[in-house]
This record gives sequence, structure tokens and C-alpha cells, in this order.
Amino acid sequence: MAERPKPKASKETQPDRSAVKIFLDEVAKAPLIVPVLAILSGLILGGLIVALTTEEVYAVWRTSPLDAIRVGWDAAMSAYSALFNGAIGNPARIAEAFRGGDALEIRRAINPFFESLNKSVPYIFAGLAVALGFRAGLFNIGAEGQLFMGAVGAVWVGFALTGVPAIIHIPLALLAGALGGALWGFVPGLLKAKTGGHEVINTIMMNYIAFRLTEYLLRGPLQRPDSFNPVSPFIQDSAKLPRFFEDPIRFHLGFFIALAVAYGVYWLLFKTRWGFDLRTVGANPNAARYAGMNIVVVTIAAMSLSGALAGLAGANEVLGLNHNLAVAFSSGFGFDSIALALIGRSHPLGVVLAALLFGTLRNGAIQMQVSAGIPIDIISVMQAMILAFIAAPAIIRTIYRLRVPTGVADEIRVRGWGG
Amino acid sequence: MAPVLELRGITKRFPGVLANDHINLTLDKGQIHALLGENGAGKTTLMNILYGLYQPDEGEIFVKGEKLQVHSPTDAITAGIGMVHQHFMLIPVFTVTENVMLGDETTVAGEVLDRKAAAEKIRHISETFHLQVDPDAFVADLPVGVQQRVEIIKLLYREADILILDEPTAVLTPQEADELFGILEGLTEKGKSIIFISHKLREVAKIADQITVIRLGKVVGSTTPKNADENKLASMMVGRDVLLRVDKKPAKPGKTILEVKDLKVTDERHHLTVDGVSFEVKAGEILGVAGVQGNGQTELVEAVTGLRQPFSGTITFEGKDITEFGPRAITELGSAHIPEDRQRDGLVLSYPIADNMVLNTYYQKPFAKGVLLQEKTILETANQLVKDFDVRTPSAMTHVGNLSGGNQQKVIVARELSRPLKLVVASQPTRGLDVGSIEYIHKQLIDRRDKGAAVLLVSSELDEIMQLSDRIAVMFRGRIIDIVEAKDVDKRQVGLLMAGVRGEKKADGKKRK
Repeated sequence: MAERPKPKASKETQPDRSAVKIFLDEVAKAPLIVPVLAILSGLILGGLIVALTTEEVYAVWRTSPLDAIRVGWDAAMSAYSALFNGAIGNPARIAEAFRGGDALEIRRAINPFFESLNKSVPYIFAGLAVALGFRAGLFNIGAEGQLFMGAVGAVWVGFALTGVPAIIHIPLALLAGALGGALWGFVPGLLKAKTGGHEVINTIMMNYIAFRLTEYLLRGPLQRPDSFNPVSPFIQDSAKLPRFFEDPIRFHLGFFIALAVAYGVYWLLFKTRWGFDLRTVGANPNAARYAGMNIVVVTIAAMSLSGALAGLAGANEVLGLNHNLAVAFSSGFGFDSIALALIGRSHPLGVVLAALLFGTLRNGAIQMQVSAGIPIDIISVMQAMILAFIAAPAIIRTIYRLRVPTGVADEIRVRGWGG
Repeated sequence: MAPVLELRGITKRFPGVLANDHINLTLDKGQIHALLGENGAGKTTLMNILYGLYQPDEGEIFVKGEKLQVHSPTDAITAGIGMVHQHFMLIPVFTVTENVMLGDETTVAGEVLDRKAAAEKIRHISETFHLQVDPDAFVADLPVGVQQRVEIIKLLYREADILILDEPTAVLTPQEADELFGILEGLTEKGKSIIFISHKLREVAKIADQITVIRLGKVVGSTTPKNADENKLASMMVGRDVLLRVDKKPAKPGKTILEVKDLKVTDERHHLTVDGVSFEVKAGEILGVAGVQGNGQTELVEAVTGLRQPFSGTITFEGKDITEFGPRAITELGSAHIPEDRQRDGLVLSYPIADNMVLNTYYQKPFAKGVLLQEKTILETANQLVKDFDVRTPSAMTHVGNLSGGNQQKVIVARELSRPLKLVVASQPTRGLDVGSIEYIHKQLIDRRDKGAAVLLVSSELDEIMQLSDRIAVMFRGRIIDIVEAKDVDKRQVGLLMAGVRGEKKADGKKRK
């Protein structure tokens, strides 16, 4: 370049920046793009794994690689269409049912969609629990144990309390669930705040205590008198969360309670001074101390509240779906919720969206296993990959050539994970 | 003779920023060439280009008349260019010899380190250039000034002819800085050439042969100390006239606001870092606490602001015992605290400016009603403060982490000094800031004093202490070694006190107490 650039040159735009690139850069700044791309990548890789684990593909490979690719593609597609049918419903069947006009058949056809929503409920609660912990700089691994204690509390009030109307019984049972979880969060919170005992270790320990305690209770005081299995009695009708449709649709009030609680958590975190305390302690404990906040109280309160939310997850399973408590009632909601809170960026709205995704995937996976013969574990693998991509946004940014956004919000969150 | 080093038209662009814009620079043999500029002016970028850490977009580098391509620090070292970074690159648990050898190991039979030969060479260097260092000492045991010497020896060991020193005096006491200047002069006499990066006018004017001033990535002028005084350099650097001398009226001390009696404070490791300190600060005066970093100032400030429980002693505020008070209670009495480490303690970087502006008042009216935060009021207040305190930002919703250091500090100053105040505790309030911001913050502190607040200023910048203080307390190893009237002492006397030397001071400085 021979001529001297004018002083304005500092604002020059690079000539090779196409409109697409500018668009991508803008999108990269939006906080949602990384999770969305991570999910997309997870789906693609999941399909690849389905294809690679289909034996037929290898058999055909020897004669014609091109055909093998087609077979692999078909296998992946049939898996995903089974997943879709299981999670949302089979469009053809739904259309057929509505044309036929048989109420039961319609309910059966649209049931997968509502079952996915049901599956999302515990994910929403437990995800909120972990997210709230992250916001306070705490890594609550104990959601699963808190969920068990919540279920124990809820089922006990649910069957033992008799002769009260639903309007009283349901809130009481939910409250008992929240308290059970809160107690299980309070203990590690107290240990963290008063002794510095790490909440990761202590919540894991509390998980084991919760599992074994639940087993003990289900073989002792909470065991159904007429059963030899470790199950509790069924709860009273007055404690059951109302369902909106007749069988087989089990869609119940819990879903809307979960949405309301998610809004409540949002309101608490971002609109109240308690939330300001909590977020400041999480974002920069030194500054929180400087500003005169009581870190001990905030830590204990945050862990208790986190536990209460996880407890509600357990309560909802018991009061809304199972109506009694058995040892294997949770399919690891509490552990999945850690991943989910990360995908949702510890924001209540993000958690709700991620929970809907997880609930839908989990529900659809059952159908996938039945009709396409794909093991349900493929969903776990997919979840793990989505999570890996989100935990390492650099991978996603590199694959999709996104620019690193300016700002420090991300790094601050990372500090939260370490607890 | 060709100059030792010549940079021609060096240009470096970062996305959205022109960090270096056609910079020319000539270094003659045996000269100290000062590169003067504010933080962010592009000094460090330029030196990183020279050292091979960045590649320039345009421009050429000549060493002794020959064109040089610098692709990595190795190339720079081969060409005889060495750099002492602002933060030392030494390994504390290694000895001086081991540190110097690192990366350029002398070996016997291929693999065995020859420490003896290396130590011998170091001794030779240290004699030739008057750099006293014990080659067998562990770096961790050495004072900062000596560690810096080790860094310089490292360069000489690699036979560097051109030495780049990045803000070398930032970590030194005034005496250590003087020693360094002596060393640098010795080096130039022996034919070495030095590029000295600094934003401190005084030292640049003192030791440089040639001065190049950089502002916003461009050379705004080249001069010599003879042709430019500090005021002229400052206005070149900032781009407008700057008040170097702080304009302040004599203090009118009123009643005692803060009184500290026989205060002892321990640090995390239970070491007694504040050891029986007593002083008072009156309304309308600035008490400066001078001292080299790490002599107990940090713990003293933490105790006074309620962040650290003292071991013994009392702290009173307008006669009220606040020894047991926490930070919030002390703030509510009418106390402001500008913390030493703004990013660690004073700000939440992931929060917008608005939230940081109410970081310690968010729970009070009008920022909260009941439990609800009043977002509108907070934002309006923040907008007003951003305007009043001249915080340069696109909006009050910008995350504080995206602001420059100077603007971050202005956010803290705005928050702390906008309340009705009786006491201001300011700890290193201008550390790492540019001249413009320093000037502004100094004015604000004096303004608070004139409005009747008691100001406790803790700083390891002696200039700052001398300019602002009405009285000066010098801390050394946890004790206040003396409290003197600022007008009775000069910089040298305070500098000696900072180093723990008492004898030379005349008795008159001590009359007051």
C-alpha cells in the first residue's frame, strides 16, 4: 500500500467481510446461538453413531460403499423419525385420528406430545435448582438426593393426611416435598458457609444418604402394608395433581406449576434485592463482602432454596404421575439437570427450554427403542455430546467459525462451575 | 554510523483498532530512548512486534542497518534484542543461575547442566555492569529490585545489545528506582542501547536521551528532556493541557473523624502485619499513608473498612467504637471505600455499570422498595453518575468488564463519592491509570476534603502522597514509622522513611504528635 491511510482508517471495515459473515458475527453475540448449534451438532453426531452402529451398513459396504452410505442414512432417519413420533406424535396417525373422530384414538395419537411435557416437569424443577446454585457460585450436585427427599416428604403427606380437600392437601404435599429437599440442601449449605466444606463433596455424600434412607423408609415406616416390595402406599385422591385429559394422557397441573416456579425464580434472581445478593455472591464474592453482603446467610439460603426446587421435582413425580413412591422412580433427573442448567445458561428461561428438549428426547427415545431398535443409550450419548459442546464453546465457535463475543459474562459463569 | 535500531512505518491493526499507525523510531548506540504514552497508547504492542510476539501489518525493522524479519522472540534474541517484561518471568524456586540459564543452557557432555560455568559468566556480567547479584541465591528470597537485576542479567547473558524495559519502575521504591537508573546509565556507557517504556513523566525526563511520545497508536512527537519539561510531555501524551501540580488550598482540619488506637491486625496466615498502629484523621484533611507495598497497608485498610476483624486495638468513628462493625454498618455511617484492587473487590465485572453503581446501596431507598429493586431509579441514577463523573461508555448498561481501567475506577469513584460522606478511605486510587484519569480522581479527592470529609489515602506512589496529603504517615513493616506534616518534608526524606531509615529526619517534622 503506497498511499498513507487517513486517520479515519482506524474504523475501516475489512473488505473480505461478506454479508453472511457479518450476520454470523452478530448471531454469535446472541447468547443462545452456542446451545442451539451444540444441539444441532449433537443431533448430527448422534445420527452418525446410529449409522456406524448399524451392522447392515458394514455388510453392504463390501459390495458398494455408496449403498452403505444410503443404508446408514436410512438407519439414522428411521431412528430420528421414530424419535419424533415418540416425542411429538406420528403426524399421519394424528391426522387419521382426527378424521375418524374417535376421542380415545385422538387422545392416543396426541399422547406422546403431552407425555413429553410431563417428562419435562422434573427437569424444569431440578434444572432450576442447579441453575440457582450456579448463580450463587455453588455447584449443587445433590439435586438427585434432594429430589428423593422431596418425593419422600410429598408421598408421606400425600397418603398419611386424610380428610382434607385437594385445595389444601396438594399445597401441603408440595410444601412437604420442598421442605424435604430444602433440608438436604441446607446441610451442605451450612457446612460450606460455616466451615468451608466443599459443597460438591457434601452434596454427593448427601445423595447417598438420601438413597439409602429412602430405601430404608420404603422397607419400614413408609412401606405399603399389603406389599412385599419397597413401595409406599398410594396417595389420597385429594393429594393428586389434577390431570387435564382422560386416559391415557397423564398431562397434569405440575407442568404449569413448574412454569410458574420458573418465573418465580426469574423474579427472585433479577428483580429483588435478595437476588442481587445471591448473584453478587456468585459473580464476585470479594465484591459481595466489600458491599457488606452476608455471604454466610446467602450461601445457606441459596443451597436451601436450590434443594427445595429439586425437592419439588420429586414431589411432582409422586403427586402428578406415579401416585406412590418406589425406589427407582427417578431416571437420574437430578444428574441430568446439571447438564441442563449449563445448556440453559443458568437462566430460568433457558432452563425451561432445555428441560423441554431433554424431556422430549427422553420420551421419544423410548419409542425409538421400540420401533427402530435403537438402544435408549444413544440419547444419553447425544446429551453428553451436546453438553461437551456447550461446556467447551470454543469447539462450536471453531466448527462454525463464530467470532468470540466481547464481554466477560461467560468467564464469570465458568468460575461458578468450580464452586 | 547506522542507528542500532530503526523502526520504519510500523503499522498493526487489530479488529476495529489501529494499535500502531506508521510508527517510526530510531535508537542510537549507547542511548536511552524513552517511549512515553498512556495506557493503551500502543507502546506495548509496538514492543511486542519488535520482540517477535506480533507480526506487523506494514513496516520494516532494521538492526544495525540490516533489515530484520522477526517471527518469534528467538529471532529477536538472536538479533541481540532482549526484553524485561513488566511482570517478571522468573521461577521463584530456582536460583539466579538456573533462572538465567533457562532457555540457554550451558551443558557438559550434551545433557548435564554446567552451573559452574554459567555462574562464572554471571559473576563476570555482574562485575562488568555493576549488577550485584549472588548467582546461588534463590529468586524467591530476593527483593523485587534485585529480581529485576536478574532479568537484566538474563538479557546480557544472551549478549543482547538492545534492551527493552517495560514499565520497569512500577514495582520499585524510589530508592530502588534510582539504583536502576544508575545501572541503566552504566549499561549505556558500555555501549548497550535501551528502550525505556513508561508513563511516568518524571523518570522519563530524568534519564532519557531521546523521548518519543505515542498517543492512540501514533507518534505525536519526538523530543529530548532539554527541550520539553514535564508539563509539555504530559500535554503531548494526553493531547490537552494537564494540571500536574494538584491545585489545593491549605487544609482546614476540623474535629477528629477516624481514630485508630494501637491497632494490630493479622493476615490469613496469622502473621501480624499491622503492629500497633495509631493515628487520627480529621475532617477536612488528607492523611496520606506512604510505604512500599506489603508493609501492612492492605490489612490496615481492611480493618478500617470492616473487611477484616482486628486482632486488638480500637477504631472509632466520630467517637463511636466501630472496631466490631462490618462493612455495611461502616458504610452507613458515611464512609466511602475505594478499594486497592478494583477488579477483585470493587466491581462485579459481569454486571452492567448501573448495578455496580449501587453495589453497596442497592438495598436502600430509593433503589429498593421492600424487596423489589427499582430498576428505573437505578438506571436513572447511574446515567446521571456516568455523566457527572465522566465515565466513557456507550451506555450505563455496558458491562463494567468491557471498560478500560480508568473508566472502571471512575465507576467506583462515582459510586463511593456520590454519597454524603464523612470519611473517604482511598487505597491505591490511581494505580495503573492514565494521566487524565489520575488528574480527575485527585481533584475529586481534594474536592471531598474541601467539603469537610476526612480522607485516608493509602498509596505506594510517592508522588501521589506528596501531592495530595496534608499529613503523611509512613508505614514500614507493619508500624507507622513516623507521621509528618507534608509541607515540612521532601520526597527524599519520605523515601528514606519508606525504606525504614529514620535517623536523618529533623525533629521538627514530629512536633505535632
